[in-house]
Amino acid sequence: MDYLDQLEAEAIAILREVAGQFEKPALLFSGGKDSITLVRLAEKAFRPGKFPFPLVHIDTGHNFPETITFRDQLAESIGEKLIIGLVQDSIDSGKAVEQKGKNASRNALQTVTLLETIEKYGFDACIGGARRDEEKARAKERIFSVRDEFGQWDPKRQRPELWNTFNGKIHKGENVRIFPISNWTELDVWNYIKREKIALPSIYFAHQREVVFRNGQFMAAAEALQIDEDDEVSTRTVRFRTVGDMTCTAAVESEKTDIDDIILEISQSKISERGARMDDKVSEAAMEDRKKGGYF
Amino acid sequence: MDILKFLTAGSVDDGKSTLIGRLLYDTDSVLADQLEAIQNANRKNDDGTVDLAILTDGLKAEREQGITIDVAYKYFQTHKRKFIIADTPGHIQYTRNMVTGASNADLAIILIDARKGVIEQTIRHSYLVSLLALKHVVVCVNKMDMVAYAEDVFEDIKASYLTLASQLNLKQITFIPVSALRGDNIVNSSLNMAWYNGKCLLEHLETVEVAEQNKNLPARFPVQWVIRPQTDELHDYRGYAGRVASGAFNVGDAVTVYPSGTKSNITKIEVFGGELNQATQGASVTIHLQDNLDISRGDLLAISSAAPTVANRIEADICWMDTKPLDTSQMYLIQHHSKVTKCKITDILYKVNINTLEKINTPDLGLNDIGRVEIKTADELAFDPYQLNKNNGGAIIIDSRTNVTVGALMLRAGL
Repeated sequence: MDYLDQLEAEAIAILREVAGQFEKPALLFSGGKDSITLVRLAEKAFRPGKFPFPLVHIDTGHNFPETITFRDQLAESIGEKLIIGLVQDSIDSGKAVEQKGKNASRNALQTVTLLETIEKYGFDACIGGARRDEEKARAKERIFSVRDEFGQWDPKRQRPELWNTFNGKIHKGENVRIFPISNWTELDVWNYIKREKIALPSIYFAHQREVVFRNGQFMAAAEALQIDEDDEVSTRTVRFRTVGDMTCTAAVESEKTDIDDIILEISQSKISERGARMDDKVSEAAMEDRKKGGYF
Repeated sequence: MDILKFLTAGSVDDGKSTLIGRLLYDTDSVLADQLEAIQNANRKNDDGTVDLAILTDGLKAEREQGITIDVAYKYFQTHKRKFIIADTPGHIQYTRNMVTGASNADLAIILIDARKGVIEQTIRHSYLVSLLALKHVVVCVNKMDMVAYAEDVFEDIKASYLTLASQLNLKQITFIPVSALRGDNIVNSSLNMAWYNGKCLLEHLETVEVAEQNKNLPARFPVQWVIRPQTDELHDYRGYAGRVASGAFNVGDAVTVYPSGTKSNITKIEVFGGELNQATQGASVTIHLQDNLDISRGDLLAISSAAPTVANRIEADICWMDTKPLDTSQMYLIQHHSKVTKCKITDILYKVNINTLEKINTPDLGLNDIGRVEIKTADELAFDPYQLNKNNGGAIIIDSRTNVTVGALMLRAGL
């Protein structure tokens, strides 16, 4: 079997386990290529039936407008339910406090809104598009990753995960994060998107954009970045390798407008995908600490 | 291009992490920012070169202690194959982690320190590889640079390992003399060991054939989910969704449903946007049957020409994975594929001293212990002996009070 078929078959089987084992699952949808891939895999797992879960987007309010448009169109075209949790609501209710200063980001606040949304709808399983090749803490996370009622991940208390047998049994209040594409790499995802002709938000492809140069990287010149006179804004041809909050997703200079060129560029690239994420750079253990706190 | 999943067994002292680091480094699988993070890390080899072992260290606690606690998965690919490495700790207190890593691997790399030869942990690792029914073993005799790349050292170790392997019924074994630290025979053939004519490690991993042995296994299909849209246009649609555990199913095949024992024929094998004539091991598909049967999640479709073992009293090998010891009076849950039922572990036949392979009579089985047990299940299980068909012979034990996975079972036979 071809490697993409193997990865696809594994992911479909994981999604069907979620359907079989949980009362109220949800698919966490960010509008990025990994969660768009999950949507395609869910179609493969459950059609001609409906998805046994809604799509859930935790919206920081600082997303790329292109992503939001894409999200709404996708949910409409596949005829599935979309639930949106707004970080702004968590801020307004006082549950989340906005960071101050120039490098302020709502990225960390997503955790608060995510946990609130899980509680509000009573989700017992949240499917996410994280991959083990992204980061070294993720390399050790299970495909079924149990979180306590505070959303915390305890790396030392992970359940052994044998064969393709997934234990999703939990106590009330706990929930399980599920990562069907754990074993995929960035390149696998791109090759799959190409093979399946999956549509993506336009920001993945080269386009002209006003950017500011901060901390060694180009950031989209958006209002949320609090640009002042010290910042040098220029227009460049760029694309994004990941699609997150505008305040923490850096662009790479690229002329690539075609998926084949992007695949080639990634194969040759010398910077890893999460290297373009400011949120991981804070310390060597940044991701591990965020996951322990309930992050995706 | 296909995928090879392999396990690396060995401890820090054997240079296991260095070996994996070397594979990643020499296949250009380490990206600039990861390399930068390593170079900035406060750990170097004695000669000031980058410590490649850091590439596989994941968690803070592990970096502090300089050991691998958990199973870490690493990915790389060449033009020939995609590789998934399960990097597992080698110490005896992490036996369960090695068992976990081995459960999903096609091949195991066993590391032997050329200065030490076959030692207690070599026996332990090889035993576990045999218990989990991994068919391919690569013995890397590491640190050849420390023994002046001497052929006789390698040959002596090879001879003593073969004695062990025959005891454990390990058959397909490849020996490679390497130095992970210096890069000899890992990705590139070594100039220091002209006497070695075999493949270097990477070339072996790229070419070893693992799929072939699965072709003749009996066809098994655990039902995960029943697709019933119940819309006007798909009123009678009823598809059984799952993944082929072993063998191959063809349209027209006679199948038996377990545990009920009812029979039917396959009328259609569906995938999103199309149909197949055949679904082989590993494929996620939706199967349609001729008759309207009562089939639900947890049932097994099996090719009628080769029946599985169906039993509620079962002998099995077990690896205990919880700090709380096995309790023969406690009710547990057993999960075999999507089937979950209550069970009791009624009898501990023996425990294995996995350093010496000696069988011990004992009423106790604790964390990381391996033994043979008898279990009694509430519902019957339809399985195949693990050593013959590991894709339908493995099950887990769940403590229903904590919900934690506390044991791994390699099912052997009905009683």
